[in-house]
Amino acid sequence: MDLSRRDIFKIGGKLLLLASAGATLDEILGAAPPSEAYRMADHWWGMIIDIDKCIGCGSCVRACAQENQVPAGFFRTWVERYQVEEGKQPLVDSPNGSMDGFPPSKRTDLKSFFVPKLCNQCASSPCVQVCPVGATFVSPDGVVLVDETYCIGCRYCVQACPYGCRYLHPQKHTVDKCTLCYHRITKGLTTACCENCPTGARQLVDFKNPKDPVHEFLRNNKVEVLKPYMATGAKVYYKDLDGAVR
Amino acid sequence: MSQLFRNAAHLIRPAVVLVAGLAVFLIIRAVIVPKDFGEYGHYRAGALEMIRARPIGYAGHEQCILCHDQEAKVHGGGMHAQVACEACHGPLAKHADDPSANVPKLPDVANLCRSCHEKDAAKPKGFHQVDTVAHSQGMLCNSCHQPHNPQL
Amino acid sequence: MIPGVNGYIYPNELELQWGLLIVLYPYITGLVAGAFILASLERVFKVEAVRPTYRLALLTALAFLLVAPLPLQLHLGHPERSIEMYLTPHRSSAMAMFGFVYLWYLMVVLLLEIWLEYRADIVQLAQTTTGWRRLVYKLLTLGSENVSPEARRIDDKVSYIVTVIGVPSAFLLHGYVGFIFGSIKANPWWSTPLMPIVFLFSAMVSGIAAVLVLYMAFMQVKKISIDMSCLDTIAKYLFYTFVIDFSLEMLDLLHRTYEADESFRTLDFMVHTRLWGSQVILQICVGTLLPLALLASNQLWRFSESSRKAMYLAASLLTMMGIFAMRWNVVIGGQLFSKSFLGYTTYKVGFAAREGLLSAIGLMALPFIIVVVLVKLLPPWPEGKASENVVG
Repeated sequence: MDLSRRDIFKIGGKLLLLASAGATLDEILGAAPPSEAYRMADHWWGMIIDIDKCIGCGSCVRACAQENQVPAGFFRTWVERYQVEEGKQPLVDSPNGSMDGFPPSKRTDLKSFFVPKLCNQCASSPCVQVCPVGATFVSPDGVVLVDETYCIGCRYCVQACPYGCRYLHPQKHTVDKCTLCYHRITKGLTTACCENCPTGARQLVDFKNPKDPVHEFLRNNKVEVLKPYMATGAKVYYKDLDGAVR
Repeated sequence: MSQLFRNAAHLIRPAVVLVAGLAVFLIIRAVIVPKDFGEYGHYRAGALEMIRARPIGYAGHEQCILCHDQEAKVHGGGMHAQVACEACHGPLAKHADDPSANVPKLPDVANLCRSCHEKDAAKPKGFHQVDTVAHSQGMLCNSCHQPHNPQL
Repeated sequence: MIPGVNGYIYPNELELQWGLLIVLYPYITGLVAGAFILASLERVFKVEAVRPTYRLALLTALAFLLVAPLPLQLHLGHPERSIEMYLTPHRSSAMAMFGFVYLWYLMVVLLLEIWLEYRADIVQLAQTTTGWRRLVYKLLTLGSENVSPEARRIDDKVSYIVTVIGVPSAFLLHGYVGFIFGSIKANPWWSTPLMPIVFLFSAMVSGIAAVLVLYMAFMQVKKISIDMSCLDTIAKYLFYTFVIDFSLEMLDLLHRTYEADESFRTLDFMVHTRLWGSQVILQICVGTLLPLALLASNQLWRFSESSRKAMYLAASLLTMMGIFAMRWNVVIGGQLFSKSFLGYTTYKVGFAAREGLLSAIGLMALPFIIVVVLVKLLPPWPEGKASENVVG
């Protein structure tokens, strides 16, 4: 068939019209816009705690218990009070996990301070290592979680945790612990404890976020994790943690 | 050779029992193990969604500000600017969802303020703390201090 | 002040997680390993003198192995999910891997060995009994009734191989239980490379002692005279094994005391207070030193037959109690002190609770009942029967 130049333009023009109509239609109906959905690979969660800001009010403990329906007598987070006398073992207490704060310190002459504690969300978690069935795990975004429909309640993980942050839920008979409020942080909120801390002693951090304050915090301060010799890859960093802290 | 085989033939039987047991085990395994197990690691991937779906109790101060912008302005300019709304007012996600249906109770001032501001040797020195009994002389804290912006 | 607590413990540490039933579990698996090692003494190491206890040792091992998972099931928060350990075992977990070691040992070692050993008897019993017993024996033959001398020789050869595999398997069985504790870096009372070895040797000690007691008991009931050379040999091996076990435990203690690391102060205090009775009195003095003395004296001096029987029996019973105390001290002791090293809690054993004393007594009695049933089903000492085992 002999194609004249006019024919080519006619056919080409129709094709172009068709293509642009299709593209517009696609735009309207087809390709979904870039998702706002939470992507685990974009996050690596942890927490920073400033000892010098903690006032031992217990707001974090109460908030956590409320937010996560923590059973009475068990603690996903708690605050310890240290009273350190020279040359002696530190005097430590945590009345009911400091759910109701602390009674007044009897000694006013000692070095004393508060230490909030929670699951350290260890990257090389010894508790995950020992779980026989795969009920506890480190999520792709760095949170150590428990699948309560899969846990058999053997409590091996409770034994393996160096920090004492796990417990057996008395009604569910599965192991429970701080989830770093996973249900909140994956929706852009902060953890219940950080939200309610009145002094900003506790702050949720995301190591993968280049704008996160954690990077400045780690660079500018003397920081430590609890029991660093355990090499658990703990992701809760304490500023100005005293050597007496256990 | 066939003699040897005949006298060793009975050993096949426990082997068969073993193999049969293994087969039963593999069938059970294929049926029972959740299909999403192992997707991200040695765990049930569905657990992540399950945990994410837990109900939220604390709305977060950014939610409160959406409606209570007046209080937020007062609050933001004072010493309590860093203190989240729900730290004193309790978990209010339900209220944020349906404000008229879930009206929150006012905080118990008598005990609430004390929980932070009672003087204690273990508290950081720069933090505002008083012997509340002596300081208040029996009055409630909010007789003098406006809780949202407590500076006098 | 919380009742039962001294000093500071982490708030979640108030109640012990692993209680009496978890003490029972390594005790029972230990008896399995120990009984099997005694059996292997004859089969693999050619110690002919202990032949009379060969079959009994195998049945004892089986009885205890069958009961071993029960304390665990009673302990679990969700026992109905325990099969997950086999379906999705976490390969980094010693507990998960142990499930397979247990299965391997039960099926490929113990059951196979018992079947090979007893085949001739089973076939004969299948032919001579009637009723439901006949059905049971017929099932046990697995359909083969070939007990010709050549077949029996092959059985013997295969049985030898199975025992040879069985010895390291028994080591693995109980060494693994030791590793379950020994690999927990969070707990300094448990975390030591010696733990699997100490567990293994104490298992052997308790297992040998258990077979000795059972042998004497069955001979007494059946009114058969005890083979004294057998008894003397068992007692001798009990003595040697116990010396090694005691040395290992003392080595651990010595090492801790010498190095005196951060955990030493709190552990030392615990041993001197909460663990004094169970560790120093029961485990070391009454449960180790006394039986060692009784056994040692028999290596040095010759006593009369009745004296030796009494001494062996006493030594074995004390040993079994002592090794139970050792398990208690490891499991419970490891949880009495806080991981903060600043305090202690207490352990209260319930009575009628799921993990209480009643359950423990029942679970300890059960294997002995099973042994009696097994001995009736598969007599270790057939009276004047022609189906004598092929002895190498």
